[in-house]
This record gives sequence, structure tokens and C-alpha cells, in this order.
Amino acid sequence: MTDSKRVIIVGGGHNGLVCATYLAKGGKEVIVLEAANEMGGAAVTREFSPGFKVSACAHLLNLLDPTIETELALKSHGLRLAKTNLKTIALAEDGNHLQIDGNRVSGGGVSDSDTTALVKYRRRMDRFAKLLGRLYSRKPPRIGVSNPSDLFGAAKLALDMRLLGREDMREFLRIAGINIYDILEEYFDSPLLKGALSFDGVLGTHLGPRSNNSVFTTLHRMSGRIGGKQGALAYPAGGMGAVTAALAAAAASKGVTLRTASPVARILVDGDRVTGVELEGGEQISADTVVSNADPRTTFFKLIGARNLDAGFVRKIQHIRMRGNAAKLHLALKTLPTFTGVEPDQLGERLVIAPDSAYVERAFDHAKYGEYSSSPALEITIPSIHDASLAPDGQHVLSAIVQYAPYELKGGWEAGREAFTNVVLDQLSRYAPDIRQQITHTELLTPADIEREFRITGGHWHHGELALDQALMMRPVPGAAQYATPLSGLFLCGAGCHPGGGVMGHAGRNAATAVLSGGSR
Amino acid sequence: MKNLTKEHFHTHLYPSPFHSRTEPLNKLNQWGRWKGYLSADAYTDISMEYFASRNTCGVFDLTPMTKHLITGPDALPFLNRLMTREVSKIKPGRVGYCVWCNDDGRVIDDGTLFHLREGVYRLCSQEPQIDWLLTSAIGFDVDIVEDTHDVAALAVQGPTSCAILRKMGLNGLEMLKPFGIEHYPFEGTELMVSRTGYTGDLGYELWIDPSHAEALWDRLFAAGQDYGIAPMGGEALDLVRVEAGFLLAGVDFLPAHEAIRPDRTRSPFEVGLGWLVHLDKPHFTGRRALLEEKRRGSRYNFVKLDIDGNKTAEHSFILDKRENYVGTVTSAMWSPSAKANIALASLEAPHGKVGDEFLAEVYYQRELKWHRVLAPCRVIDGIFFEPARRKMTPAPNF
Amino acid sequence: MKKYDAIVIGAGHNGLTNAAYLAKAGLKVLVLERNSYVGGATVSRELYKDWIYSNCSYVCSLLRPEIYRTLNLAKYGLQVVPYGGSVTMAENGDFLGSYIDHDVSRRELERHNARDADASLRFDTDIMRQCRLIRPFLMRTPPDPTSFKPWDLMQLLDFGREFLKLGEDVIYDTVRFYTMSIAEYLDEYFESDLIKANFAGPGIIGTALGVMSPGTSYVLLHHAMGDVDGSMGAWGFARGGMGAIANAMAACFQDHGGEIMTDAGVDQIIVKSGRVTGVALENGDEHYADLVVSNLDPKRTFLKLMDEKDLEPSFVEKARNFKIRGSSGKLNIALDGLPEFPQLGKDNPLIAGDMHFMDSVERLERAYDDWKNGTWSKDPYVDMLIPTLTDPTMAPPGKHYMSVFVQYVPPKVHGRDWTDEDRDAFGQTVIDQIANYSPNFKDLILHTEVRTPREIEDEVGLTEGNIFQGELTMDQLFFNRPFPGFAQYRGPVKGMYMCGSATHPGGGVMAAPGANAAREILRDLRRPNTVPEGWTDD
Repeated sequence: MTDSKRVIIVGGGHNGLVCATYLAKGGKEVIVLEAANEMGGAAVTREFSPGFKVSACAHLLNLLDPTIETELALKSHGLRLAKTNLKTIALAEDGNHLQIDGNRVSGGGVSDSDTTALVKYRRRMDRFAKLLGRLYSRKPPRIGVSNPSDLFGAAKLALDMRLLGREDMREFLRIAGINIYDILEEYFDSPLLKGALSFDGVLGTHLGPRSNNSVFTTLHRMSGRIGGKQGALAYPAGGMGAVTAALAAAAASKGVTLRTASPVARILVDGDRVTGVELEGGEQISADTVVSNADPRTTFFKLIGARNLDAGFVRKIQHIRMRGNAAKLHLALKTLPTFTGVEPDQLGERLVIAPDSAYVERAFDHAKYGEYSSSPALEITIPSIHDASLAPDGQHVLSAIVQYAPYELKGGWEAGREAFTNVVLDQLSRYAPDIRQQITHTELLTPADIEREFRITGGHWHHGELALDQALMMRPVPGAAQYATPLSGLFLCGAGCHPGGGVMGHAGRNAATAVLSGGSR
Repeated sequence: MKNLTKEHFHTHLYPSPFHSRTEPLNKLNQWGRWKGYLSADAYTDISMEYFASRNTCGVFDLTPMTKHLITGPDALPFLNRLMTREVSKIKPGRVGYCVWCNDDGRVIDDGTLFHLREGVYRLCSQEPQIDWLLTSAIGFDVDIVEDTHDVAALAVQGPTSCAILRKMGLNGLEMLKPFGIEHYPFEGTELMVSRTGYTGDLGYELWIDPSHAEALWDRLFAAGQDYGIAPMGGEALDLVRVEAGFLLAGVDFLPAHEAIRPDRTRSPFEVGLGWLVHLDKPHFTGRRALLEEKRRGSRYNFVKLDIDGNKTAEHSFILDKRENYVGTVTSAMWSPSAKANIALASLEAPHGKVGDEFLAEVYYQRELKWHRVLAPCRVIDGIFFEPARRKMTPAPNF
Repeated sequence: MKKYDAIVIGAGHNGLTNAAYLAKAGLKVLVLERNSYVGGATVSRELYKDWIYSNCSYVCSLLRPEIYRTLNLAKYGLQVVPYGGSVTMAENGDFLGSYIDHDVSRRELERHNARDADASLRFDTDIMRQCRLIRPFLMRTPPDPTSFKPWDLMQLLDFGREFLKLGEDVIYDTVRFYTMSIAEYLDEYFESDLIKANFAGPGIIGTALGVMSPGTSYVLLHHAMGDVDGSMGAWGFARGGMGAIANAMAACFQDHGGEIMTDAGVDQIIVKSGRVTGVALENGDEHYADLVVSNLDPKRTFLKLMDEKDLEPSFVEKARNFKIRGSSGKLNIALDGLPEFPQLGKDNPLIAGDMHFMDSVERLERAYDDWKNGTWSKDPYVDMLIPTLTDPTMAPPGKHYMSVFVQYVPPKVHGRDWTDEDRDAFGQTVIDQIANYSPNFKDLILHTEVRTPREIEDEVGLTEGNIFQGELTMDQLFFNRPFPGFAQYRGPVKGMYMCGSATHPGGGVMAAPGANAAREILRDLRRPNTVPEGWTDD
């Protein structure tokens, strides 16, 4: 017996929770099955040393869709931003840092022409990012088919682009497919400024600033509107786990059943349709609709099984590039560290070590060959400054994204972890000379750790490389890019789908729309 | 190919293991190429070779035929996911004709699947398939190797074929049913015999280790001396296969993997192989697309045409009564056995029901003068030439 | 001073093609060439007695057959003959060959990896699909996607129709193909690193991108979309060297009444009241015409030959931002005999084909890292040929000419200009690499011409020595080439046109830019069109 009203969501990550809530609002009886002991997937705040807590993967909120925030009333479910509109401090080894605040830049010996250029750059990029953002809140149209909804979607895409106006449309078509390095060269002189902006384009990707596609990834990162401001950054109070806690509360309030410690062993298939799931313990739950928040490779290979799919489709799934390149560094600190030249009131901002774009590119060069960067680039935050709940009194946590740390390290991470941790700490010490003395505990999460702990194949935050060939109607692969899949009743809602990773919730919301509209592809 | 050295380029086309025997018999020195091998197009006279296979026994060297060995615990589920037909019905010691498709339900290739022993299969196909087979193997515990060069093979076809093979010492062969497999000891190795072929007649295919190829040929021809045995080249084979209504990849349909223009490919329904599609079995590649095609209807029908007159309709356009285009002939010949002007053709749906009448636009020349005729033709059921001996068990002696 | 209907600056193959079609339409045309010989980078030069070097471009495939035929280049002496095969020699003593015979070639792939041999059919099919899509657009002016003009809308619609005809799956394949790196793309077909390295080479020739850079699949296509007599992807030699092409074009042009002036470097394009009126030469002479067509790259044209005040500031910015990147060098070598490559075995026909030494994707990519770091590749990718094995006219019997194209070579060395010492050290790097595979090579060398981007720019005028007059990346292709809004061959000033490789469809000795520009000029003049439409291959 199956139940047409019941929907099972495999995985309680942020997208799974968003999807669940919308489905419940749409009248479905929803069960979310999470393997871990708490909801959240990779968007969790976890203790890494007694009394020290930190967001395990993403540590800043920039993409969470304001529409979702409102529609799910996340504020009333406890979501609070501890700090909004974070500035970026581009660290210089000599302490002459540069501060970027939206389209304003100061310090670092930045020239007037760069100051003016940043305004121009942000105006354009914000417009393009906004265009992308609009695209993100709906399912990508299929091209080359004559469904009215797909034709409408494609027409809307063309119209949105036209509405940019002639000059901006031309500029968009020129730069959309190329790299951020070249664009920054066109606008700016300051190496620090270019370094920091180029790093934005490659965070969490297997791209260097000179790799084409990095304009697209830059725009992706800027596509959110936290606090109503295009491309802004914020700290959620309580870390990323608090965001998912609010999402879980919202889901529960709509009657969603949330089950933790319930790892799904497989999705049950009968012919060309799904009939439910089987948990690792052997329990079977039947449902006509199953929505997977797991990454596409896990979903199709582990949960469904290749034999239930066409071989050509399987080949596409196998070819998805999803090897992570970002490591996460967590430090428990006795006191606040001192960064040379950084004022105490700047310490709570986002600190970036990316002194110039060639530096970031060189850091990337290692990743191409399966090596870690000998001089890595870092995005550093000290969230305990804004949120005392994260560390014991007076003590602090430092959370940094470190690039590049390839998933498939030559020689393996068991052998490489300690050496790389030292490389990273050495690099940090160049900017914060006293930091080693402050450390009481160090944790480095490599992509291999992220894969193991959060069950994301390849340890890739985005559940698949963000690149134009894996975007829009090709994400994760053609044939499953509109949330529906070749199997009736099976949908995807994770970051592996359009529009990709980052704590934004679009994939969950779009997937819910696809389920509720009765959808096959 | 085993032991290829980097200097293999000195030999453009490789000799088959039977070459020392076929070479002196090739009086015309008429060689073609087949998958990198030298392959006889004709030995003496195409017409005489044709009649050998219909009247006595023609022997065709089919070593270059692509072969794959499929083993492992998941061999059957793997094959069932690959093929459109229910493979579990092909029992050990049996052979089945198969077709397989891409995701869009378009034919990649057709071939014969030999269930050699429980769970051990050999797939013979026109085109190499190892890339697709290994792609299809993702998620299955199965071993697949292409072993084309490790197996020498001969087709022994025609009314006296059984008698010859029995004389060679294959006792009890007459009891082997069509599509059956039997193994015989042969000079210290194993000779596999299957009652299969590409001629639509009584006939067998022999499979052996290449090191014993020459011995097999010699024994076979010694035994066949009084039974009209004769070597047969590719051109004669192409005639008998049309009479038998067998498809040739690249001629009667475009293998999906070679299609630069994807719309030129065909589904099994569109090449007359709908009977090989078992939509009620569990998932196989292309099933979803074929179900959809069943619902919507196919774009083409593949038909056998009986054409008035005696002018062969090679590459002819097929027109309706008002001379509008409805399709194209893919293979055509004058059938010496059926005494009929026959053709295989691909027609646009809904044309092509049995009994439908059309015109074949035939161009022919007599002493360098070209003529055009619109020859009336009709879609027929069944195949052009089907002697009773083809299916008889025990097999007749001639 | 004599007044012409049109002046074409630069007697490269595109300039000559453009001029020839204009002359065929009855225009009085003057072609101005800075060098004492015509051809630009499409030349045959005797730099060592009795040896003819194709010292810049060296092979021919892209030259549009429509142009070959309508300019009647055969009549003017051009003969293009195919050559066959290519080989990648590996460090371990083995090699991978692509032989002319498809069965031998397939067996060779099988020797390295049976699955890859089979997958190569899928690869060929998919590349051929992309060729079929792009070829009909080579002889067409790109529409402006931002325009509402009926012509543009019609062209866009037409392109859209062609695109949609591909069907959903192929459309996605196409988008993926255009945005992926050649290394990623090859990963979807092959397992063997040697096989991947062998196929990846054309993805970087002439471009400042690595095999792992997204966008290099297109560069591969750019090298595969040509043909010799309908055999797609095949390459040939112009008999007598590449200069034979330019010479035939020049002869055709002169036969139609055209005038060529050599040693006539242009100093400035003269603009009066918003329209061009002619050009001033470096020697002070002035020539007048209502039309000026530049075959030079946009940086040279707009930033050197034009006065900044004659141009909109936003246009100048576009010219400044145009990406021309020197990434290639060339060695032309006169040899006293045939070099031996023992690892190829005896009498291997591949010695007459393209020879390469990069046996892994990583080595190819590391060669690019050197370029990024401001130096020539210490372990470079070379595309090496001995044309004299096919063309008997280029060296005395028994002697040989070797053409060695080298990737990567930066336009500046660690940010400073090239010196003669740098150039010689670069030449030695290449010679040493070849000598690793050919024991008698060094002893056979009679003369070597080493060309870095500096030499290419100085002699041919290509900014930074970029062989395509500008990178072949998405921001500079189709309707973006050379700049968005200026992809229809018309310049920023009335009467001014562009016809070089910096315009659609880009570089290589294709001549399509010159022909397409002529069609647009004749359209503006309301003259009958003399330029052929592209042949379709259905």
C-alpha cells in the first residue's frame, strides 16, 4: 500500500527542510528522514572541542532567500542575524589592510580610480547577480522542447536579459562565460582589492581566478539579498545550526514529521516508479513521492541503484564533477588573536587572505595536480565576537575556509593532514603572529572528512561543481534538472540541483513547487 | 588484439586465423576489410557462392565479428538491463537474437547472445560495444572483455551443412535445435557449434581457439568434399541475408552511436524488431522512451517489399499512388531462390501495413542508357525465402 | 593624389580576400602592406639559401572552400595537398599514433586501451556534430542579439531554429562543449592519459589557456572544423609553403584590377568630420578613399593608427580590454637530412605527420603554468612537422625543412621585453626537447629561425604575436568578436571596416573574415554581392 498524500524527504539539510515545509503547506503529509542525530545536514553548528562550537561548513549567510525567510516566517521560528552587512578586510602582510564595504573601499593605499571603479563594478555585477537571482527562484526551462511552460520559461529568461538594456545585456553576454581575473584587470589596479574580489569567485569551487566560469561563480555568490542588500553577508546568531533549527521549527509547525538518526538505505522502486524507502534498520515506509536532499550521485547510485536507470543517464551522473577543494579550519582560542594592523572593531568582520589574484591562482595550480596549496587563501571569521554562545566566557572560536585542499590529495589526507594544517597555521601566523599561542584545539575538516561526516560525495559543498556546464538546465544533469527525475515519484531538492549550493533554500522551494504541480519533467 | 607491438602499422589489415586456407582459394584475389581484418568479398563467383549456400554448403569466415565475453554474478541482470528482450528466457546452451537501445530507445546495434554455460554469455555484434557495455555495467558485478581476436569462427551454411559436420565427426548434431549450442572435443581443444547463421537456411556456426583454426578448416573441407562445400565471400552473404530478411547495421539502420544527426536513428519498432521489445519486464535502457513511443506511435515502419518486374530497386525512393515520397529502400536484390524482386525499406508511418501498395522509383541502365520506371510493389508478410529445413529437427541430410 | 574606392590596410590573407571580392565587384581598391612582401602571417620565405619556410602559419585546413573556388585560387597557382597522421611520443619510449588508415589507427588506440578505442567513435561523432553546427555560420555575419533590426532578428531566429533542430540532448551537449575544458571533456570519453594528452593538444594551440581551463573545448573545435576536400578535420600543406595561398589571392586581386603597394606602412587612418577619408603612410604619403578596411588587429588599428579623439571613450576602453595574448612561438629549421626518431620504429609513416611530445595532461597543464608565471614553457608543447616529406618544393632533394610550433611562449618575460639571449635560450629549450627523441637531430641543423612573440609582432604586426589576432574565448567569439556591438565588420567611424582574424569567425588561415567583411561593405554600398554564401552539408 502506498499513500499518494505522503511525501518522504531523504535528508534533513536546509533544502530538505524548506521543501518539507512548503509541501506541508501544500497539503502533503511529510516525513523528513535525517541520518544524523540532528537536523541540518552540513548546515549545522557543532562542538569541535569542549565548550567550543562553530558552523561546520558554510559559516556566513549570504544567499538565504528573503522570500523563503518571509513565507516560512523564520524570524518567528527563531532566526536572528547577529550581524549583518559584514565588511571584508583584505589582509596585507604589512598591516596596511583594505576594507571593502559594499561598493566602498578604503585603506590599503587604494587609488581614487579604484574607488570609482568599484562603484561601477558593483553596479553592473549587482544587476547581473540580481538577474541570476531571479532565475534561481524558479525551475530552469528545458530548451528544445515545446511544452508551454518551458517555452514560457525560456522566453522569460530572454526577456529578463533584454530588460538589462542594450549596453548591460552586451556586457552580460560578454563576461558571463569568462573569468573573474580578466574582468578585475579591466577595472582595478590594487592587487589587494583584486585578490579579495577574485577569491569571492572561487570559494568552494575547483576554479582559479583565471579559470573561465569564475565570473558566473562570482555572480552566484552575489545573487542573494540578505537584509535586502544584493550580495551582502551576515552572521546567524547561533551559527548555521540556528538557521536549520529555525527551518526545522517552521517545518514542525506545519506538521512535518522530523525523524533524526534514520539513515535511508535505499529508495524502493517498482518498475519505473518509487514506492517508498527502506531505512538502514530494515524499516520500510511507503510513499508515492520521495524527494532526495542527498547529492545526485548518492541519490542515484546508492539509494536508487544504477540498474533502475538508463545507462546513458547513469553515465551522465558518473561524469558530474564533484570533488571538493575547500577545507574548513576551526580553532579554539584562549583570547582574541591580534591581526597586525586590524583594529579591534574590525576583527568581527570577514578577514580574507588573498593578497592578489595571481596568489589565488597559484594556490589553485596545486589543486589541479592533487596537491594542497603551499600558500593557501583563507576566508576567516571569528563568530564568537558576535555570538558569545559559541565559546566559553572570554574565549573565542575562529572559523576559516581554506583553499585549496583537493578531495583526492596525492598520498591521501591521512598522510597530508598534519602537514597542511601546519601550512595553514603558518600562513595565519604571518598575519596574526601570536595566534599559535592562543590555540587550545585545532580541527581541519578536509573534503574527505566532509564527505564522511555529512555524506556529501566528494565533500563538495555544492553537491557538484558550480560551472556553466553543470548549471541551470544541466544541473545536476539533463534529464533531472527540473527536480523531477526519470523515475516517477522521485524528485531532487538538494544543492546538486539548480541553482546550486550555499544556504539559500531555492532548490528546496523549487522542488516543492515541482512536486505540488504534479510533476513529471 | 593480443601482443600488438608498436610496429603493427606495417600490416594495414590483419589476416584471420584461416587466412592460410582462404588465401589460395581466393581466385579473384578480391579482399575487403572488416573491422581491421582482411575479409574475402568473393572467392570465385558471387552467384556460384550464393548457390552453394542455398544448394550445398557455403563457408564464411566470420572471425572479425565483434565478440564480447560476459561473466560474473550479475551477468543476467546486467544483460536484462541492457537488452530490450527478456534475457532469462535464453537458457544455457541457447542463443538469442537481441537488440539494445540508448536512453532514447534508439537502436545501438543488434546481435546474437550466446548463453554458453550457466551465467556465462558471449555477445556477438556488428559494431564494437565495449564502451557502451562497460558504461552499462556501472552498478553491476559483472566482467566484460572484448575477445574478438581470441575466437576463430566459421559459418557453415546450406542444405548439406549438417551432413558435412556429422561426417567430420560431430555425432548427434542433427538433433541440435535451431538456436542451440553444442560442444565437441576437437584435437585437444573444444569446438563449439551453434545452429545459427545469417542466411535463413539450415546452417551452423563453429567457434574455436585460433590456434586450431587451420586444422578445423582442413577437416571441414575434407569432410565436405563430396557435399559441395565451397568458401563464400561477403558479397554472396549479403544476398542471402536480404532473402532471409536480416538487418545489416549501417545499411538498414544507423547505429545510434554513429549518428551525427540524432533524428536519423531508429527504434526497434521502426526497424521491424518490435517483437524483441518486452515492455513488461523490469527496467532496461530505453524502456521509458519505448513506452512513450508505444503511446504516441512510431515515426517509421520497416517493411519487406515485393516489387513487380525484374529491375532491382537499390536506393530507390518509395512513392505512394500520387507519387508522393513515403520512404526509401535500404537493401534490395533479385532473389534467385524466391525468383522475386525484393527489398527492405523504411517507410514513414503510417505507411507500411501488410498489403499496402506503392511505387518503387527504379533507375537502371541497359548498355549505358539509363531508364526510370515506377514499379508497383506491395508490403508482404513473412520472409522471402524460408526453406523447411531451416527449422527441422532432426536436421535433414541435404 | 589618386583617390580609391577602398583602401585595405594589410596584405594578409584576410586583407587580400577582402580586396579581391571588392575588386570583383568593380571597386578600385588599394592594398597597403608594411612589409616588402604580401601575405602577413601566410608567407613562404627563403631565409636560408634554397630553403623555403612557412615561417608563421604552416598548415592549411580552415581555408573556406567557397573562397578557394570563387576566387579561383587553383587558377592562380594554389595547390593544397593533404598530409596524414600525427603522433605523440611518450617519455617511456612508446608512442600513440593517429594513422591515415582508420583500421590501423583504431588498432593503435586499442593497443593502448581497448575501451578508449571504442569510445573514440563516440568522441568523433560528438565532435563532428559540433562541426556541423558551426560550419554553416562561418560564412555569415553574426547577428546582434541586442538589436531589434529586422535583419538581426531574422538571423537570430534562423540561428535559433538551427539550434533547436538539434534536439534537447544535443543542445545541452553543445552548451557543455562550449563551456568545458578540453581536459574535462576528454575525461568523459577516455581513460588513458596518453590518449587524452594526444587529443588535448589542439585545444590549446594559439591560446593562452591551459588544457584544464574551461573554454578550451571550443579551441579544439576551431582546429577541427576545417576540411581538405570535404574530409572534415583533415589538414594539408599549401604546395610551396603557405605563401602560395597569399600569392594566389594577390594574383586574383590584381587580375581584377587591384593595386598592391608594399613597403607602405600605414601611420594613421585619417578621419574628418566623423568619417574616414584615407590613410597617411609612415613615409608621409597620403592615400584617399571613402572606405578604409583594416586587416590589422583591433589594438593596432584603434590604439595605434587612430587618434583617440576620433573615437568614443567607451570604444577605446573596449579596444584596450580586448584580449590579445601572445602564447606561441615558432622554430623554422633547415636540416641537412632526415632526423631519426628511433622510438617510432622503422619506416613509420607518422614522421610525415604532426609530431608531439606531451604524453600526459598534467605535463600539458604545467607548460601553461610556466606561461602564467611569465616564462616560456620549460617542457613545451610542440606541434612539429617536416613538410618536405610531402612537398618537394621547399628544400633541395634529400634535405629537409622542419616547422616547430611551440606553446607556450609569453609576450614578455617576467614582465620585461624579450632579449636576444632570452630568445636563444627559448630556442635551445625546444631543440633540446626534440633532441631527446632524435639522436641525430642536432647534427643535421643548418639554420634555425627562432620566433618569439616579439619577432612575430615586429615582422607581422600581430600584437603580442597572437596568431588568432585575439583570444578565442566566449567573450570574443561570434557576436562578441572583436567587441560586443561591433561584430558586423563595421568600425566605429563611418567608412571604416574590419576584416582581420579578430572578427568573426576568428583566426587560422580561413579567409572567412575577409570575405564576410566584403559582403557587408558591398551591402552598405548597395553593390551586387560577389561573396559566396556558405555551402551547407545538410
